[in-house]
Amino acid sequence: MDGLAAYIVRRLLFLPVALLVVSFATFCITRYGPGDPISVYSGQYRDPEAFDRVRHKYGLDKPVVEQYGIWLKDAVLHGDLGPSFRYRDRTIPEIIGPKIWVSVRLGVYAFILTFLIGIPAGILAAVRQGTWLDPLVIGFFLIFQSIPILVTLPLLVLGLSVKLDLVPPGGFDGIFTRSMIIPTIALGLPGIAGVARLARAVTLGTLHEDFVRTARAKGLDEGTVVVRHVARNSVVPVMTTVIGLSIVGLLEGALFTETILGIPGIGRFIFESVNGRDYNVILAIVLLMTVAFMLANLVVDIVLAVLDPRLRTSGTGAR
Amino acid sequence: MIDATYAPGSPASAEEAARAPASPFLRALRRLLRKRIAVICLALIALFYCAGIIAPLAAPYGYAEQNLDASFEGPSWAHPLGTDRNGRDVLSRNMFAMRTTVVVTIATVAAGGIVLPVTLGLLAGYAGGAVDWVINRAGEILASLPGLPMLVLISATMRPRFNGWVGDVEDWVGWHGLTSSGFADYFLIFSVLSLFGWVGGMRLIRAQVLTLRGSQYVLAAEAAGASTPRILFRHLLPNVLPLVVVGVSASLGAVAGSEIGLTFLGVGIQPPHPSFGALISDGASRIVLQNHPALLLVPAAIVSSLIFAFNLLGDSITDIITPGAR
Repeated sequence: MDGLAAYIVRRLLFLPVALLVVSFATFCITRYGPGDPISVYSGQYRDPEAFDRVRHKYGLDKPVVEQYGIWLKDAVLHGDLGPSFRYRDRTIPEIIGPKIWVSVRLGVYAFILTFLIGIPAGILAAVRQGTWLDPLVIGFFLIFQSIPILVTLPLLVLGLSVKLDLVPPGGFDGIFTRSMIIPTIALGLPGIAGVARLARAVTLGTLHEDFVRTARAKGLDEGTVVVRHVARNSVVPVMTTVIGLSIVGLLEGALFTETILGIPGIGRFIFESVNGRDYNVILAIVLLMTVAFMLANLVVDIVLAVLDPRLRTSGTGAR
Repeated sequence: MIDATYAPGSPASAEEAARAPASPFLRALRRLLRKRIAVICLALIALFYCAGIIAPLAAPYGYAEQNLDASFEGPSWAHPLGTDRNGRDVLSRNMFAMRTTVVVTIATVAAGGIVLPVTLGLLAGYAGGAVDWVINRAGEILASLPGLPMLVLISATMRPRFNGWVGDVEDWVGWHGLTSSGFADYFLIFSVLSLFGWVGGMRLIRAQVLTLRGSQYVLAAEAAGASTPRILFRHLLPNVLPLVVVGVSASLGAVAGSEIGLTFLGVGIQPPHPSFGALISDGASRIVLQNHPALLLVPAAIVSSLIFAFNLLGDSITDIITPGAR
């Protein structure tokens, strides 16, 4: 495990460097475009003198590099990510915290749907390898992976809400309501194919293990062998890998889902913040996600290394 | 992952070896054409791409041609797929939207799927050391950025600047057609998609080069005094090309989907230039959806079947070039 530990330390040491680069790049990109939060806020007809005064108050009239220096100092020394220009008198964690919580719960729903369908489908395909059922199952879910989420959503609204009137066509009124059905389906469906394939591959590897042969040899029926011995050994690696790797995809899906359906989560909020040029909020969200992605990738690498000892020595994880 | 023992020269079966086809490429192509699913996908993709390419010649109407007397019409001989709110022909608009997809996918695949990953992957793998470190860390940072939000951010803030540059170029050249052709939008989309698209391919190619670097033919070339560019492009490039094909075929669907998604959010191709993102966005508004679902279903069906064909074709190509990868 020595190589793995060194690898983890190296990756963790790289994290602050990455954050520095990302924050500077994002800082410049946000401020590079014309228009700033004050001009968005003040609208078309404004008092130029007041406009300049407010810009000066927030330091937006300084050179970009100097602004970045000030931001970095506050962020590193005081943990202060700067003011939001759209929601004054509230700190950035206060603003984005509840939004993230909404998105996280939505993401958990989507994961549950993905795993509940994907893992059994993958195991079924593996057990029936060589028959028509195998490619049919995988191909069926590949269709759902190919339909962009911005197509799935209106279609679901058309079917479930406009035609059948089963669920509200959008909005958000709590996490345990029918308003969560459409976003859960839309977010969960595309991931099923990936989970099913992975579960199929892992199961195919497990099917030829000695303990499976032993289980068969002692006279267990095939169903028990698959459920108790094969599935149990397929589920854990599939779930950890998929959760780690699909956070990116889930966030992209959330951006569309939340924007289209009007759910007050972080995906919709990013979009609103970009349109409102809310510099510091954009920067905070981008940094938070960069940290989340890097840690998720690290966890996946560690899990894979623990599961497959051959990867430990090379120290580069799954690459 | 990659089958490191893959060698383009090794025959896949005795039967194929006996026929000894001209090149590994032709042999791979022949095996691809023997797969029925791959052929169907290729035909479908070719059909859509042809429709997009000949849109300016073959489309019955222009993409912005309005006829307000004929809004929301059903299918007829004049308008095979009906018309939209402004009486624009749905068939023509979808053909021109396909043209946008053709332009964006080809440009992005050329830059972000071939040129950038091949150059950087070869360099990183062969040069090693500091070059390798810089390229890999840059890739690591790019790969850990939240892709879509960054694309939205860059497109939103850079667009006016881009339009400004294009205007400057027009003034300088003295030809004013670039802005109205929507060139800046296409260029912006293609740039940001390429910027975020090269990392995966670069890693695959780098890994392959690492295994090839110590091989005898590279050592022989080095001993014979071949220059670094010659070793990179003459000796190593042919052996990483199969990986490039795999990477490109696997990413086509995602590239097409990204442009459509960005345009849907309003930061991609700007109206009146057509894109499936804009068509789906128009068709998805509540009133239109309720009364004229065909306006959503037509672009939705085209986009979904195109991406599905890309994904299936990508799978087939991966199976042929790197057997055992899945």
